[in-house]
Amino acid sequence: MPVYRVDPPACRLSVEAEGMTLLYHRPSGITHVLLPPAPEILTALADGPADPATLAARLAVSHAIGDGDGEDAAAVIAARLGELAAVGLVAVAPGIGGRVAG
Amino acid sequence: MRHAFSVRIGPVGFRVGSAWPQPIAAMRRLYAGYPPPRDGIADFTVRLEPTRPWRRWLRPSAMVRGDFTLPDAAPLPLAQGLLAAEMGMNLQMALGARRWLLLHASCVERDGRALLMSGHSGAGKSTLSALLGERGWRLLGDEFALLDPASGVIHPFPRPVSLKNEAIAVMAAEVAADRLGPLIPGTPKGDIRHLRPAADALARMDEPATPAMLLFPRFGASADVRPMGAIETFVRLTQASTNYVVLGEAGFAALTGLVRGVPAMAIDYPDTAAAIDLVERLWAETAR
Repeated sequence: MPVYRVDPPACRLSVEAEGMTLLYHRPSGITHVLLPPAPEILTALADGPADPATLAARLAVSHAIGDGDGEDAAAVIAARLGELAAVGLVAVAPGIGGRVAG
Repeated sequence: MRHAFSVRIGPVGFRVGSAWPQPIAAMRRLYAGYPPPRDGIADFTVRLEPTRPWRRWLRPSAMVRGDFTLPDAAPLPLAQGLLAAEMGMNLQMALGARRWLLLHASCVERDGRALLMSGHSGAGKSTLSALLGERGWRLLGDEFALLDPASGVIHPFPRPVSLKNEAIAVMAAEVAADRLGPLIPGTPKGDIRHLRPAADALARMDEPATPAMLLFPRFGASADVRPMGAIETFVRLTQASTNYVVLGEAGFAALTGLVRGVPAMAIDYPDTAAAIDLVERLWAETAR
């Protein structure tokens, strides 16, 4: 499982409305509209690089996401991480996991 | 340039130069009563030039040039020189303005509060703002709303209203003949005639207004109102802005502030009378 990292929280401005999040990513200047659990994943990942299983454990503690079914939660989070990586909000951490970003 | 004209519209100074006298003479008439640029210095320059030197005389056609240009823009016949100048001024604003978030929207004011109307070309926002401007509202602009990122206010940009096709007769029935510019037939958008804003719109062009309501009008269906959430409104306004991306963080802050602070609705209307009634009712019920 790849390990992902995220820019520090100061790199993002976010505004919540109607259960969604408008997020401005300062390094890229791109605005995103995010649905849960994407904002929660970014927040949890800010605690340090993590693979989907580790993130699922962090989110289970902080948001009760995936509570009781760790494998499913990890799969969902892995899929969301893939999407967040595709739009440039997270990246595979080089030299930590099995893959190298780039 | 051989012929030139300078004018200030709200906070923006323009200088229009032309190889021919006719477009400049038309602009002087249309912009009579507008002030000159502050300190005589224009923010943007537009030039109307022949595509080739001999085209100044032979089948004259005006190419719009300036600080910002579109590479594949087509020239317009000299008879449409006034339109070419107006298009050039729009282009400079759309591509060059950095002090405000530019929203492709018409805007009117009452009691210091602004009503913004955004929509696609042909949705009727120009006509609605022009009509409201004759019926107790102050016209802030029919083309661009200038949202100030620092304060959140809308700065007036009261250009002459560009009336198209059916809207020309609607407004000709509403205002004195000397408020209308020359009819420009056969343009890429059909017939065009400019409407000089009412006197108070010019006299108060330095008085901003606080946004109070956002409407997305659509002409041609039976009257209907659909409240819009902040996210949908935000996305539509990023599409309606010409400079959201270049403003970066300031644009994000300005636009999220606007959509969170102001109610937004999509409205359908069958005719202009119904639209005016709808706008007045929604304003009385909703604007805060």
